[in-house]
Amino acid sequence: MSTLNIVRRSLLASCAFLLVASLHAQERFITVASTTSTEQSGLFAHLLPAFEKAAGIKVRVVALGTGQALDMARRGDADVVFVHDKAAEEKFIAEGYGVKRQEVMYNDFVVIGPKADPAKATGKDILDGLRRIEAAKAPFVSRGDKSGTHAAELRYWKAAGIDLAAKKGDWYRDTGSGMGPALNTAASMNAYILADRGTWLNFKNRGELGIVVEGDKQLFNQYGVILVNPVRHAHVKQADGQKFIDWLVTTDGQKAIADYKIGGEQLFFPNATK
Amino acid sequence: MAEITNSLLLATDMVTAGDSRLAAIVALSLAVSFSATLISCLLGMPLGALLAVGRFPGRRVLVVIFNGLMGLPPVVVGLLVYLLLSRAGPLGQFGLLFTPTAMVIAQTVLITPIVAALTRQVIEDEWREYREQLRSLGASRTRAARTLLWNARFSLFTAALAGFGRAIAEVGAVMIVGGNIDGVTRVMTTTIALETSKGDLPLALALGVILITVVLAINAAAYALRQWAENRWG
Amino acid sequence: MTSTHWLELQGLDLRENGVQIIANATLKVGAGRTAILGPNGAGKSSLLRLMHGLLKPTGGRLIWPQTMTQSMVFQRPVMLRATVLANVDYGLALRGIPAAERREKAIAALHRVGLPELADRPARRLSGGEQQRVALARAWALEPQLLFLDEPTASLDPASSREVERIIGEMAATGTRIVMTTHNLGQARRIAEEVIFLDGGRVLEQTPVEEFFRRPQTTAAQAFLQEEAP
Repeated sequence: MSTLNIVRRSLLASCAFLLVASLHAQERFITVASTTSTEQSGLFAHLLPAFEKAAGIKVRVVALGTGQALDMARRGDADVVFVHDKAAEEKFIAEGYGVKRQEVMYNDFVVIGPKADPAKATGKDILDGLRRIEAAKAPFVSRGDKSGTHAAELRYWKAAGIDLAAKKGDWYRDTGSGMGPALNTAASMNAYILADRGTWLNFKNRGELGIVVEGDKQLFNQYGVILVNPVRHAHVKQADGQKFIDWLVTTDGQKAIADYKIGGEQLFFPNATK
Repeated sequence: MAEITNSLLLATDMVTAGDSRLAAIVALSLAVSFSATLISCLLGMPLGALLAVGRFPGRRVLVVIFNGLMGLPPVVVGLLVYLLLSRAGPLGQFGLLFTPTAMVIAQTVLITPIVAALTRQVIEDEWREYREQLRSLGASRTRAARTLLWNARFSLFTAALAGFGRAIAEVGAVMIVGGNIDGVTRVMTTTIALETSKGDLPLALALGVILITVVLAINAAAYALRQWAENRWG
Repeated sequence: MTSTHWLELQGLDLRENGVQIIANATLKVGAGRTAILGPNGAGKSSLLRLMHGLLKPTGGRLIWPQTMTQSMVFQRPVMLRATVLANVDYGLALRGIPAAERREKAIAALHRVGLPELADRPARRLSGGEQQRVALARAWALEPQLLFLDEPTASLDPASSREVERIIGEMAATGTRIVMTTHNLGQARRIAEEVIFLDGGRVLEQTPVEEFFRRPQTTAAQAFLQEEAP
């Protein structure tokens, strides 16, 4: 009956694993719903060990688009949200899901495009750049995933006076994907795309792409952090979540954010109001 | 082509360097998928055997349902389990979302139909061969199902392996219910997805090479065991 | 005809997919050793399975004056992927016999079929003849009052066949009633006391064995014996 023994042993091993996994779950931690830009730019990998060391609280980051991250928090599946879409964040608080929004830092968006720049969009003016892309019907990749970046892109098109609903054509590719996958798509199509600088700097599969538009003040991208409302979801780890938020906006956290660089270039600029 | 060669070299480097984070990711992948496979076998094999041997109303309908569920899209399973385990969901109070346990649950839901359907096929063949003898000896249908499960143990290994293969290669469900949290729920497939997102295609492919190697090694071991068993037991 | 019978068939019918396999079989079985004979497709195996309960009749009925413990041995032995001993043990386990007692009985049965030294061998790895003897041991261990055999030597070589016949003879000698189908007329003569002759699903004769071979009453039986005679 050796197979029975194997089954017994496997069962034991499996139980042991689930036990270890559940013990693991007993460690002190908070769950943060955040965006792909903070995770994929490598900021969290740089930032979190410092906080975990200082506070003894592990931070578990689930990286999604801003819209999804806020939805996840609405369902009570996160203690803290750390995202970048001011309008959506304020709506989240108005609905009673969040306690208070605190600004932490900003980075900026850049328009990425083919180095050859067939639309002649190169410059400092985001609205002018978008108009040229549309006029040339040059391929443009949109996130199309209700993320903060997607929301920003839609705002810029509107501000540029371009009615996407009417002008959308073959040139405008709605991919419904995260920042990285959208960049992969743009690289393979040699298309223009709006991206956050952090993800772009950390992105390896660039193909023929480079930065086309940067430095416009309108491209600044503000990040906010919000504690999920314990009144709405009683299990929210209020104290530990607040500790993380407090750390982010104090000197230590702000300095850690400023210290994160890729190739000597600073990605995020702390601007918490104390 | 150069990229693929690079990835192979990178994979070799990563393995020989004995990167502890890589080892932890591989170990978690194996532990999660192994647990899911085990639970699926405990649920799916008896079920498959009863579908093969049993006579009860709705049997044919169940057979068709389980065959159909073999093709369940992982993302749908992930979403379903997410909604169940979410704080706002019916099982929210247990706080299982974004834990390895949640991943085990999702993979179990995904592969139990596979294990059950393959088991049914195996046991149906066995039943054809053994039916008269077992009935003559006075075995009830449930007893016959048990006997044939034991009797077909080496063939059923293949069913378990098919489930395991699907579980460990799956990304959609574990991404949603695990959240791909670094050091907690990050497994091989979600790491590959993440590195692809970062545009680090050689690293993603290198991880893929490691995943395939692990799966191949397990299959080879299982194949060898089955050959040995067939030689021994006929 | 027999005065004390242990099984009576009354108008037994079996239809499968619109084909009449057994038609209106009415007889009493009382002999210690019965052979069911008949040409291919006569319904011999089906009749045996009806008696053993593996097939349900579509008409008529079987009457057992008293219940009898039964076993059956098939043309092709069906062994579990386990040792020889475990195969014999399995039948006993199904009867709810305690483990210690089972082992004793199983080993004794293997001795009776002359295979005690193969007890720990994987059963499916044995030769056809050895497997058939294990099947007989499995049946014998249950100490049945009635043993059905369906062409038990049809796939065996002459030496194995002789061994199987010897075992059947010994079981019969211990009081087990035997009902068997066979193609081997010599075997029927050696083993049986009585012959049930079937043709086209109908029972045409039920006679003592010597009488059947010397003076078959129906033309069908005469033709059958002529064709089968060497």
